[in-house]
Amino acid sequence: MTASPILEVSGVSLAFGGVRALNDVSFTVPEGAITAVIGPNGAGKTSLFNTISGFYRPQSGSIRFAGESLDGVRAPQRAARGLARTFQNIALFRGMTVLDNIKLGRHAHMRTGVLDALFYWGRAQKEELELRAEIEERIIDFLEIQHIRNASVGTLSYGLQKRVELARALAMRPRILMLDEPVAGMNREETEDMARFILDVKEEWGVTILMVEHDMGMVMDISDHVVVLNFGQVIASGTPREVQGNDAVVAAYLGSGDVGAIARRIKAEAA
Amino acid sequence: MDTLFLAEVTLAGLGAGALYALTGVAFVLIYKATRVVNLAIGEILMLGGYAFLGFAAGLGLSPWLALPLAIAAGGALGWLVERALIRPMLGESPISVFMVTIGLGSILAGVVQLGWGADPLRLPEFMPSTPVFIGEAYLAPKVAIGFVAAAVVIGLFLALFRFSRGGVALKATAADQGAAYSVGIDVPRVFSVAWILACATAAGAGVLIGAIGGISPTMGVFGLSVLVVVIIGGLDSIAGALVGGLLIGLVEALAGAFLGGEFKLVVTFALLLVLLMVRPYGLFGTHEIERL
Amino acid sequence: MRIGTLKTSYAADEALFDTPTQRLLLGLLALGAIAFPFVASPYWLFLACLCAINVASATGLNLLTGYTGLVSLGQAAFMSVGAYTVAVLEIRLGTPFFINLLVGAGLAAMIGILVGIPSLKVKGLYLAIATIAASVILHFLFAHWSLTGESRGLSMPPARLFGLTLDQPFSLYWLIMPVTCLMVLGAANLLRTRIGRAFIAIRDRDISAEVLGIPLLRYKLTSFAISSFYAGLAGGLWAYFFRVVTPESFPLVNSIFYLAAIIVGGMGTILGGILGAVFMTLVPELLKFVANWATPIYPDALAALAPVRTIVFGGLIVGFLIFEPRGLAEIWRRLRRFFHLWPFRT
Repeated sequence: MTASPILEVSGVSLAFGGVRALNDVSFTVPEGAITAVIGPNGAGKTSLFNTISGFYRPQSGSIRFAGESLDGVRAPQRAARGLARTFQNIALFRGMTVLDNIKLGRHAHMRTGVLDALFYWGRAQKEELELRAEIEERIIDFLEIQHIRNASVGTLSYGLQKRVELARALAMRPRILMLDEPVAGMNREETEDMARFILDVKEEWGVTILMVEHDMGMVMDISDHVVVLNFGQVIASGTPREVQGNDAVVAAYLGSGDVGAIARRIKAEAA
Repeated sequence: MDTLFLAEVTLAGLGAGALYALTGVAFVLIYKATRVVNLAIGEILMLGGYAFLGFAAGLGLSPWLALPLAIAAGGALGWLVERALIRPMLGESPISVFMVTIGLGSILAGVVQLGWGADPLRLPEFMPSTPVFIGEAYLAPKVAIGFVAAAVVIGLFLALFRFSRGGVALKATAADQGAAYSVGIDVPRVFSVAWILACATAAGAGVLIGAIGGISPTMGVFGLSVLVVVIIGGLDSIAGALVGGLLIGLVEALAGAFLGGEFKLVVTFALLLVLLMVRPYGLFGTHEIERL
Repeated sequence: MRIGTLKTSYAADEALFDTPTQRLLLGLLALGAIAFPFVASPYWLFLACLCAINVASATGLNLLTGYTGLVSLGQAAFMSVGAYTVAVLEIRLGTPFFINLLVGAGLAAMIGILVGIPSLKVKGLYLAIATIAASVILHFLFAHWSLTGESRGLSMPPARLFGLTLDQPFSLYWLIMPVTCLMVLGAANLLRTRIGRAFIAIRDRDISAEVLGIPLLRYKLTSFAISSFYAGLAGGLWAYFFRVVTPESFPLVNSIFYLAAIIVGGMGTILGGILGAVFMTLVPELLKFVANWATPIYPDALAALAPVRTIVFGGLIVGFLIFEPRGLAEIWRRLRRFFHLWPFRT
């Protein structure tokens, strides 16, 4: 936990009309670790992700990624720099197969131009075949989705779609992987699979992970670092254990209740 | 510049603009209720003119009986189109539905040509022909009557939207079809009524336009100008249709008078392009907020 | 009955025609296309050339509308840019036809980019209307510019190649058919690279595509450029084919024709663009044939031909959208499936 931060969010505020979605949010994401952002519904978690992605422009504050400022950098360039993400409401492209969806992730790192593409010679063909081999060997095998590679994404179960989204994000050559509710709506088995994949991505690929998640059991199990948002503000951050013991968190999160108790109960149920 | 001439051109432009506005309101009515961009509106209008001709000249009825019959025929067509073509397309992409109406327009134009031939025809005279002068400026009596009729019908519509239960149902449907349905509004009936009213209005406008300039199977291009009107006003805004209609009528009349008839279309479309760049959703249209 | 196909490399799996059956069929088709001019009458050659030109233009529109999801009612106007450029170059400079064709297509592509700029701000129908506006303005320009012959239009000399004059359907076939085949192949290639994937991503969810690294404006404009390049090239071929270009050669209804062709054929499939364009070109001819045949029984049949064509045109658009929105390509797919599974599933 002493690694230098790869992502620094400092003083970010975002408002839609009169509604303040984010209010002076600051936190850092240490490199090579798993950081979770938690908070009640409407706390601003997804707005935070969209701001980091470059989809929303914050009214104030700045975001630095890998030592460089992201101010004025548009969403596609952020993706090209290694900011990969998945979406809360799965954003796969229904008109493409699983394989093409994953290939799409590499877009920003490819060089094929229109002329190469029209004739499909030289660079275009070489690039496509290299990409195909890499996706097959590194991503499809790793995520165990060989059987669906030619399926149309619309026909897949929710859990598999989430896995394909992860595959696409991995194809983006991520330096940081932002996962928006990676296990929402999944059953226990699917959740465990996804948790295992996330841990493997961290360990085998050496990719930093920033995730938004409601499943407290999973958050407490796999994260190294937790940031708690409420009403657009950071109310606590630290290790899972520190956060669980934080009174402000407990009050904000459950009104009256104990996040630790909930987490323990979930774990007990899972066991 | 001759001010009298300018005044006469302006009056003629406003007269034509009132008919654009009337057809534009019909267009917006359909769009608000069903989210369908009905490009066949020009052909439905044309059919109104031909129906009037059929009733008045073909069956020899009095024009004052033929007029309501033509309007009713338009309404019946609207009902049929909504049932047979639009409802099966529910949930399809807006572009597909838009193309269905283009196909419908083509069918209607073909049917009219098959029945009445390709040549332009004149409608029987039924309006008074006393010249109208506003100040010193002369206004063709038919144009004046068209203006008054359009104003009355639009006024009726506005009152209906504002004060009737149907108007509330329309507003609710326009805002959110699912929510409107779940609070007990009979959304399919709103669809049906909107199409009937809009097509009846278009047919009536067709009779007015036909009385002024004659009718022909290519009259459907009027729909293209109406499209410009509603895009400029904003697809879902009645006020937009009014302002857009008068504006386009005026611009066309001025362009026709000072630049030449062939400039009419190009000037309005150039205006449209400029406006789209500045205000992508028209003067009064609702901007849809996009979500990730 | 086909059991399965074995592939041993990614290259084989990524090929456009990935089964032996497909390659065999393609070979037969190519042989047929080469033999066709030697057996067909000039009338059928004329139709074949017209189909090919329409296939080229419809394929371009399919890239823009079917794959990128940007509806354009300006395809005919972009064709007119290509046609006029070719005519002017041929008349004024007499440059070789392939240069004229490329310049015409390039110019059309540039105008396509200009017309595409509103796509940054407006979507769907608003964009379609903007393309109509562009068509109206181009039409006005061609009808009033002395260089383009004002309302009379231009008559131009035929294309020449090594002293040969390409002025008959037979000779033009050897120009038009290969160019169209290359264009269709190019489009199919494009779609298996990152550019094609970016197009589809923009069609399906444009905002997400942006966050995944696809610059929207650049790819929307690329799509407009390629699509109008195709239109310009098709328009150039059209000019060499008819050798008279007037402002009325490319009316708005032709733009609707190309949109209808890809709807009837199947939007967003290369096969759909081909099938739709051929089908929509041949239907009016079929109706003419029927009218000729019906004249002895019903003397007014020929007079009714024009309105009946209009009705059938509209009816096809409406009918396909309601009953087979995925078009002829889907019907073809079902037929193929039937034969693959035959005789076990009937």
